[in-house]
Amino acid sequence: MSIFDYFKSSKKNTASIAKERLQVIVAHERSKRNQPDYLPALQQEILEVIRKYVSIDQDQIDVQLENNGDCSILELNVTLPD
Amino acid sequence: MAKIIVVTSGKGGVGKTTTSAAISSGLAMRGHKTAVIDFDIGLRNLDLIMNCERRVVYDFVNVINGEATLKQALIKDKRCEDLYILPASQTRDKDALTKEGVEKVLNQLSDDGFEYIICDSPAGIEHGAFMALYFADTAIVVSNPEVSSVRDSDRILGILQSKSRRAELGQTVEEFLLVTRYNPGRVENGDMLGVDDVQEILATTLLGVIPDSESVLKASNQGLPIIHDKESDAGQAYQDAVARLLGEKVDHRFLSVESKSFFQRLFRRSA
Ligand SMILES: Nc1ncnc2c1ncn2[C@@H]1O[C@H](COP(=O)(O)OP(=O)(O)O)[C@@H](O)[C@H]1O
Ligand SMILES: [Mg+2]
Repeated sequence: MSIFDYFKSSKKNTASIAKERLQVIVAHERSKRNQPDYLPALQQEILEVIRKYVSIDQDQIDVQLENNGDCSILELNVTLPD
Repeated sequence: MAKIIVVTSGKGGVGKTTTSAAISSGLAMRGHKTAVIDFDIGLRNLDLIMNCERRVVYDFVNVINGEATLKQALIKDKRCEDLYILPASQTRDKDALTKEGVEKVLNQLSDDGFEYIICDSPAGIEHGAFMALYFADTAIVVSNPEVSSVRDSDRILGILQSKSRRAELGQTVEEFLLVTRYNPGRVENGDMLGVDDVQEILATTLLGVIPDSESVLKASNQGLPIIHDKESDAGQAYQDAVARLLGEKVDHRFLSVESKSFFQRLFRRSA
């Protein structure tokens, strides 16, 4: 691949990069929509409890409330470092 | 009952006012009695695009406050028989728009026989934008093929689906996507999101694609809604969008570089 091909193909990609980034952020924001107002505070407190034992970053925890007809499921995802 | 259509986007400068002027003119050109309301309190601009800025006496807030009648405030368009403009107020008090006040004006327009009411929303997701979309039956979400505009469009769709009057009543707002400032050449080069991509991300019915066109600035310089420029691609694309809004099936045009130039096509055919 010549250097010119490299510039051509990297130029071609900015629209697809935009699409991928949008798909991720839009899906994330949609999942947060219509969630109860207490959820961010709940997530923060859980984060602080976990931090007493393991050190994790803000983005390694994700709390979601899913509506499943007659009940709701609180989903907690924590990524622990190796 | 009048059909209430909001032109909204979240992001500013994407073409809401241009679209409101074009769509309302297009509906009136087809014989539908139409009113277009500027909800951008403090930043009135629709009057300039519609070329009636020097005829503004009373405004939207004057009518809501009972300082003028609706009849006194409505400005009759000079080009279209069936088109009336209700200008925004230049007051800095954004809370001048109340739900009750806006509803009163919309009901009165409906009682006066208006078929369509186009609400030109301000940017943002604050009070003014909320008031513009709250009573909508139909929403035209204007989006540029660009990351921040598409993301903001998705937020506005979320608000329409949860906070509008129809949502509160358990009904749905009819949603359309209008992609504006589209540059097929840049899409083909891979440095602008294609209309298919935008539509896929937002999952909304496509009302039209308006090309990025020099004719739009020339038209706004003169206070001519672009839909009156029958020669321009943007004007024709808005004509198509109005037809689709009225339920007609019209193919999308100006999506590729080729279809842009008649001479290019002629050349190719003879070659
Ligand atoms: N299709 C288009 N092609 C070129 N310029 C456009 C187009 N649509 C809008 N514009 C320009 O973009 C600017 C913002 O448009 P406007 O309708 O005022 O946006 P908004 O109401 O969303 O803030 C204006 O200068 C307008 O002339
Ligand atoms: Mg505007």
